[in-house]
Amino acid sequence: MTVLADTFKPSTFVDAFTFIGNHGWLIWHKTVEQLVLSGSAMGVAIGIAIPIGVWLGHVHRGSFAAINISNIGRALPSLAVIAIALPFIGVGFWDVLLALVVLAVPLMITNAYVAVDGIDPDVVEAARGMGMRDLDVLLRVELPLAMPLLFAGIRTAAVYVVSTATIAAIAGGGGLGDIIVNQASYRLEGVIGAAICVAALALLADFSLGLVQFAVSPRGLRRRPAFEPDLPHAIPLPEH
Amino acid sequence: MSGPVIPNFGSGSHCVTHNDLFCTDWIRDNWRGVLEPALVQHIELTVKAVGIGFGIAFVAAVAARRLRFVETPFSLFSAFVYTIPSLALFQLLIPITGLTDTTVEVALVGYTLLILFRNILAGFRAVPAEVLESARGMGLTGLQMLWRIELPLALPSIVAGIRIAVVSTISLATIAAFVRPVGLGEPIFIAIGNDIFKTELIAAGGLAVALALAADGVLVLVQRALTPWTRARARTA
Repeated sequence: MTVLADTFKPSTFVDAFTFIGNHGWLIWHKTVEQLVLSGSAMGVAIGIAIPIGVWLGHVHRGSFAAINISNIGRALPSLAVIAIALPFIGVGFWDVLLALVVLAVPLMITNAYVAVDGIDPDVVEAARGMGMRDLDVLLRVELPLAMPLLFAGIRTAAVYVVSTATIAAIAGGGGLGDIIVNQASYRLEGVIGAAICVAALALLADFSLGLVQFAVSPRGLRRRPAFEPDLPHAIPLPEH
Repeated sequence: MSGPVIPNFGSGSHCVTHNDLFCTDWIRDNWRGVLEPALVQHIELTVKAVGIGFGIAFVAAVAARRLRFVETPFSLFSAFVYTIPSLALFQLLIPITGLTDTTVEVALVGYTLLILFRNILAGFRAVPAEVLESARGMGLTGLQMLWRIELPLALPSIVAGIRIAVVSTISLATIAAFVRPVGLGEPIFIAIGNDIFKTELIAAGGLAVALALAADGVLVLVQRALTPWTRARARTA
């Protein structure tokens, strides 16, 4: 691994924006790669995590496991997960996809569990008293009420995945990381330019999912804070 | 890694030359020379980064606790550092601090600041105003209040912050090997460069995962030992 040490001038930051402007197609292409990778990982992770978390919350079981699994997920070093999966899957898209799924699933299980488990039991009881069946209670009462918190988990995981996807380049997964790990070709201004794009992408993902979160929340719940940030697992931790 | 590349895994055993999934003999031969030093370096990197980061974040939080104007600039600065991808930050620092371990350490410290500052400050802010009032009424000085009242009450939040900082630093330190041959990332990068040498990838990756989980577990125990009252309250509640 050769890392070139370009000299560093304040003008390098200006050059970084010039780089973004001059290499519009490259940046666009790599951004799309990164988004496809992150989006696929999030799709798979949502498919796994949300049903498990919601179901555990619905039956109020496995609280210890559901709450602590996010600590394990957070502790796993992304590069180590990529490394362990390499011998089984090989270099490329799927290896990194698996690593990102592994990182995103625990976080979303915990949030989905906490979201459904924490619903006011009186509300659920009232729904049952009205004669709702179990599935109706889940789909028409619990899920809508859990939506803000549940979606907060998805949003946090998405930011985490989009920025961590940068290290995909190490294992041939593509994305903006390809520019960042290749200072020899793109110079320091290219590295900085791509880094700015990664940061912007993470902020954009957070913002746009915030809008979706607002849209999917029941009207009565919109004014409340979506998530109380006093739980340690609530802090987003991109390991880009 | 496509094309007619003939892998060269050295002159090891049959298992090593054929790049089988996991060669215990390679582990035995390379524990002393490769894996153990990398593990020790990784722990050193992490302890140093979190230690220095804690010192900076603590001073900043103590200042921000009374002086509101300190909070926003420090928060913004640490959040800004946090948004820089680590692969890029390590490279950005090379022109300033050179190809040295300092480069790695500065970046790792930078990433701990946001989490530690937020948690330490949140801990201080959670101390009830009545408690501070009574402490002042009892004639405690500013320093006594900090040391005897605020710090113990902020401890759960502070330890929780240290825990997050430690596990995320262990994770980021693996990426540091991209610029410097230190820590458990180094054998991972070597193995990737060496036509995906499976044993080394699984061993080094496994060690990094084990280290992270072990550190997390130890810190949970520390958290419990330091703040027994939080559990007692949870039980009665």
